[in-house]
Amino acid sequence: MAHRFPALTPDQKKELSEIAQRIVANGKGILAADESVGTMGNRLQRIKVENTEENRRQFREILFTVDNSINKSIGGVILFHETLYQKDSQGKLFRNILKEKGIVVGIKLDQGGAPLAGTNKETTIQGLDGLSERCAQYKKEGVDFGKWRAVLRIDDQCPSSLAIQENANALARYASICQQNGLVPIVEPEVLPDGSHDLEHCQYVTEKVLAAVYKALNDHHVYLEGTLLKPNMVTAGHACTKKYTPQQVAMATVTALHRTVPAAVPGICFLSGGMSEEDATLNLNAINLCPLPKPWKLSFSYGRALQASALDAWHGKAANKKATQDAFMKRAVANCQAAQGQYVHTGSSGAAATQSLFTASYTY
Amino acid sequence: MPHSYPALSAEQKKELCDIALRIVAPGKGILAADESVGSMAKRLSQIGVENTEENRRQYRQVLFSADDRVKKCIGGVIFFHETLYQKDDNGVPFVRTIQDKGIVVGIKVDKGVVPLAGTNGETTTQGLDGLSERCAQYKKDGADFAKWRCVLKISERTPSALAILENANVLARYASICQQNGIVPIVEPEILPDGDHDLKRCQYVTEKVLAAVYKALSDHHVYLEGTLLKPNMVTPGHACPIKYSPEEIAMATVTALRRTVPPAVPGVTFLSGGQSEEEASLNLNAINRCPLPRPWALTFSYGRALQASALNAWRGQRDNAEAATEEFIKRAEVNGLAAQGKYEGSGEDGGAAAQSLYIANHAY
Repeated sequence: MAHRFPALTPDQKKELSEIAQRIVANGKGILAADESVGTMGNRLQRIKVENTEENRRQFREILFTVDNSINKSIGGVILFHETLYQKDSQGKLFRNILKEKGIVVGIKLDQGGAPLAGTNKETTIQGLDGLSERCAQYKKEGVDFGKWRAVLRIDDQCPSSLAIQENANALARYASICQQNGLVPIVEPEVLPDGSHDLEHCQYVTEKVLAAVYKALNDHHVYLEGTLLKPNMVTAGHACTKKYTPQQVAMATVTALHRTVPAAVPGICFLSGGMSEEDATLNLNAINLCPLPKPWKLSFSYGRALQASALDAWHGKAANKKATQDAFMKRAVANCQAAQGQYVHTGSSGAAATQSLFTASYTY
Repeated sequence: MPHSYPALSAEQKKELCDIALRIVAPGKGILAADESVGSMAKRLSQIGVENTEENRRQYRQVLFSADDRVKKCIGGVIFFHETLYQKDDNGVPFVRTIQDKGIVVGIKVDKGVVPLAGTNGETTTQGLDGLSERCAQYKKDGADFAKWRCVLKISERTPSALAILENANVLARYASICQQNGIVPIVEPEILPDGDHDLKRCQYVTEKVLAAVYKALSDHHVYLEGTLLKPNMVTPGHACPIKYSPEEIAMATVTALRRTVPPAVPGVTFLSGGQSEEEASLNLNAINRCPLPRPWALTFSYGRALQASALNAWRGQRDNAEAATEEFIKRAEVNGLAAQGKYEGSGEDGGAAAQSLYIANHAY
């Protein structure tokens, strides 16, 4: 082994670890508002709003100009490239509005999937070309973290060793480049919920994927204390006939993380995938109540699960601004409580009822 | 990825997990009394005693006849094969004496190092042949855990990628076979302190080695909750001119572990390597006072650092047996305190002074 060549100076490490900790401090989580133009098209179509740049700008404006108290629940917002340069109706840049609220600004950095030939429709992610220069520019513009989503799926012969290896490697390259430019990389190896597999199989796959991710991060000399993880929760496939409780999801999820994610990682911010707003909150709450040791913050990085009601309330009409902001604030506060294991589901019998559903000696 | 094929049943997992937790219960560590016949030759020649089976038996008797005071600080004893079948002067098998004190019996199962051709004097460890049958027999004969030592060394071009990969792989095979037979594997990837490298170099190498070990354990489907890790502390090489405090050693050690050892591992039982008895205790104490969060037990698995004084007091004379046993009990109690960060030192600066030596912002 050659002598080591430090990838980062102590000052660079300090900056990265402080940014990461700020994002997940005190139960705060992330608003994933980085839907690409295409994905926003899907969202807007459901509420019969035309997918124009102005409409996208209007919706994001409503979210970002919500009352300042949002900064107690939201530590970071991930933006799409276009949104980084948009302004509110007074001409103020969105990114400055967020920063003034004390929220850390992040940017989606990947450039979508590319097929892996010779596999069962598996993919890797593009975006490494010129990434360093892009990161440097974003950093100048006030961005402090990046996000890159790799996708794996469970199916016949999937995820294959190649898909796991290749996506882990791309994530590690992206993370290394981010850190060189003062950006905290959010590492997102999403195992899709599509399929009819059960909870145990998802746990097994998630453990293999995360083990590969952390080996790759180590190989690429990534400073773990200056990263965040954005994984799927461990759940059964959408088409699985067996139903599981939030406590079972929580135990499987925390067990998988416990076996693969080093304690040096400051925070784990789950993606919501296809979960409803309420399920995403209930599951996060159960995760934070899980009796296993949890040395990292366990929080959220939700897109749909923070915005679905808000989108519904908005319906493209400026007059609905307050209702939209209220809907968003409500989910943000609920998830902040869940990230501290303090969410009380209105209508249920409270935290005590949920807590007792943990099967203490369940071995996974 | 094919469906998972569970390596262990729920009952097997529970048994392994319980054994591991018993060994590293708060305030307890391991007595490594598994010196091979060759190693015992070195120890005994230093005190002018002939290396006969009877002398080895008498010496182990000195250690194992320690009174109930060791119950609270010794959780496990590692035996050498010969010793597992020896008895005390009254015909009581050593295994029974140890078990009656509520201490878990362990067995060294590796068969020593062999060279890796084409490397700069590097080695792997043998012992896999027939290991399953041997483990099954040892389990019947009272052993509940095992130990296997791999060795790596730091020099200009070592440890090489091959040495790291091969030793990690062999450790994972051994661990997998142990668990199939109800035996908790202690995984020992020792990086020797020989050389003039500094603390940072040792930390870097330790992180690379441990990352490889845990990737291999994951690949081989080893149940982490039913294992223990026996690593070196992160220290400078013996010939390094720079001197480091116990706090610096602690910070480097805990940082390396936090970046590589998943929280699912119940305990880390350090080897003492060439450290003196007092040094090994002070370092372990500093490790347990390190301000970084530590999700595993951090304790000892000491050979020389528990026995040096006892060996010296004994010098092969029956009349000295009681005094020698006292020396051992003394070190055992000191290390039991150190494993809780409660050791005040042998009279020099007490704990408070030592604590202030932590450099809060030291970036490792």
